[in-house]
Amino acid sequence: MTTHTAPAEAPLIAARGLTKRFGQFTAVDAIDFDVAPGESFGFLGPNGAGKTSTMRMIGCISPVSDGQLSILGLDPTRDGPRIRGQLGVVPQEDSLDTDLSVIDNLIIYGRYFGLSRAECTRRAHQLLDFAQLGERAKDRVEPLSGGMKRRLTIARALINEPSILLLDEPTTGLDPQARHLLWERLYRLKQHGVTLVLTTHYMDEAEQLCDRLVVMDKAKIVAEGSPRELIARYASREVTELRFPVGIQETLGDRLAGIGERIDLLPDRVLVYTSDGEAVSNAVHSRGLEPETVLVRRSSLEDVFLRLTGRSLVD
Amino acid sequence: MALASSAPAPTLPATGDRVPRPDPVNAFRVSYEHQILLYLRNWRGSLFSNFAQPVLFLLAMGVGLGTYVDNGGSNATGGVSYLQFLAPALLVSSVMQGAAGEGTFPVLAGFRWVRRYHAMYATPLTPYAIAFGQLAWNATHALMVGTIFAVVIVLFGAAATPGILWSVPIGVLTGIAFSAPIAAYMTSQRDTTAWNNIWRFGITPLFLFSGTFFPIERLPDVIRPLAWLLPLWHGVDLARALALGTAGQEPLLHIAHLAILVVVAALGTWAMFVRFRRQLEK
Repeated sequence: MTTHTAPAEAPLIAARGLTKRFGQFTAVDAIDFDVAPGESFGFLGPNGAGKTSTMRMIGCISPVSDGQLSILGLDPTRDGPRIRGQLGVVPQEDSLDTDLSVIDNLIIYGRYFGLSRAECTRRAHQLLDFAQLGERAKDRVEPLSGGMKRRLTIARALINEPSILLLDEPTTGLDPQARHLLWERLYRLKQHGVTLVLTTHYMDEAEQLCDRLVVMDKAKIVAEGSPRELIARYASREVTELRFPVGIQETLGDRLAGIGERIDLLPDRVLVYTSDGEAVSNAVHSRGLEPETVLVRRSSLEDVFLRLTGRSLVD
Repeated sequence: MALASSAPAPTLPATGDRVPRPDPVNAFRVSYEHQILLYLRNWRGSLFSNFAQPVLFLLAMGVGLGTYVDNGGSNATGGVSYLQFLAPALLVSSVMQGAAGEGTFPVLAGFRWVRRYHAMYATPLTPYAIAFGQLAWNATHALMVGTIFAVVIVLFGAAATPGILWSVPIGVLTGIAFSAPIAAYMTSQRDTTAWNNIWRFGITPLFLFSGTFFPIERLPDVIRPLAWLLPLWHGVDLARALALGTAGQEPLLHIAHLAILVVVAALGTWAMFVRFRRQLEK
């Protein structure tokens, strides 16, 4: 570290060769990444890719097995509680205290950070408004809907005004309305300069929220960049999806060869990656093929994700 | 981070030496405060049973059964009424049972059902602070149960001497000697199966055969050494001797009782703290 480095350029989180092992099993295998202040950074990957293990190490609740990890310029091994004092954590599994009311959950959590009871109460009311839970303050947590519990968990994670907010699959299991409300709230936090680090396997979520992301697969980082960069690098501008009648699909063989930049032959449809989707559609018809449906769409992170991590099911 | 609509320019967060250090004492205090808060929000049912249990036990065992024992002309209770013989021992046994329970379900809830401990650990709290809060609360609860029991004993006229008051701190110590190791064990349990077995084959037989209802001299010679190994009898025998004013007759025995209780409580606490840490730091 040199003194002339502008503070804005120093990463808030820096990992080099970061590794997590459980006995013989390597959950995270020597990954490198940096997260800059104010950035919104995502870990994308299928189940079991190592996202949650990475998040737990960043959250200073899981010891690093190997490599270096620095958070806010501090070492989690030595300064775990001190770093945790600056983090807001939204875990994958709800951990709200179901024996307490909504507002008690926020107040007692604030107390963990050394805030006075009065200050906790003041912030709790503010955060309940932010999370649109103001009217449920005195209610028990148990009967709240999944979306409300998630919002309360995010509100709880903000009670210490964290520098970094860690979100592990924040919208898994929520209905579309609840997801969009959460995204909107998270976007507001980002505008206020909160650094967001999140994991997800929803491509639309990553495109909505992340300035930059890494794709993880089998404990390693397989790609890194902004959503747009990744699409440009690993997919094409457009995708033409073709569906053929039953029986035809299997006989296509080489009859599509040469069309588009790349062809993905799936059991139920054919994806043609191209810069011009309409041209692909015309080319297919001119070869005498008659697909049942043709859909031309922009390519998405989903195409990148599937290309990088494969189509086989991960449990 | 202000959430008001007038957004100030984002400021860079503190890093390195400028990151404030959390107060380590606060962690222990607030962990305990959380447990108190849980009680304050859910106390009604448990307070009722804290009163009802000693009343029912003293009525059935002390007054009902005691009348038979006293009329039988036996001198096994050392010249005091069976009710007075029973009262201090029943207090210690009941506190032990309550504390054993507090070492079980709250711990399962903390790690598995509610995941309360995991939420705490995402903050400046340490595993030791989390374990401390739970155990300190268990001791506080034991103190409440024991005090209520002592009040009921006095109201029943079942106190032979003011020494009955010693039963309360001895009950708390015995409670910790059970609560802490059981909590240590429960950290790695996923459900109550193991607990049911502890209760069936451990706590209930102990309650019946640790000298609460009759002196362990009445036990077969083969079984009697078991009473020495498990801490309940030490608490029961010590509390009874102090309540009846007979502790001076065998001072070494009673010092040994106290020493064994302290050692088991200390080892249990150590195990609980270590296991909490191992379970949270994965």
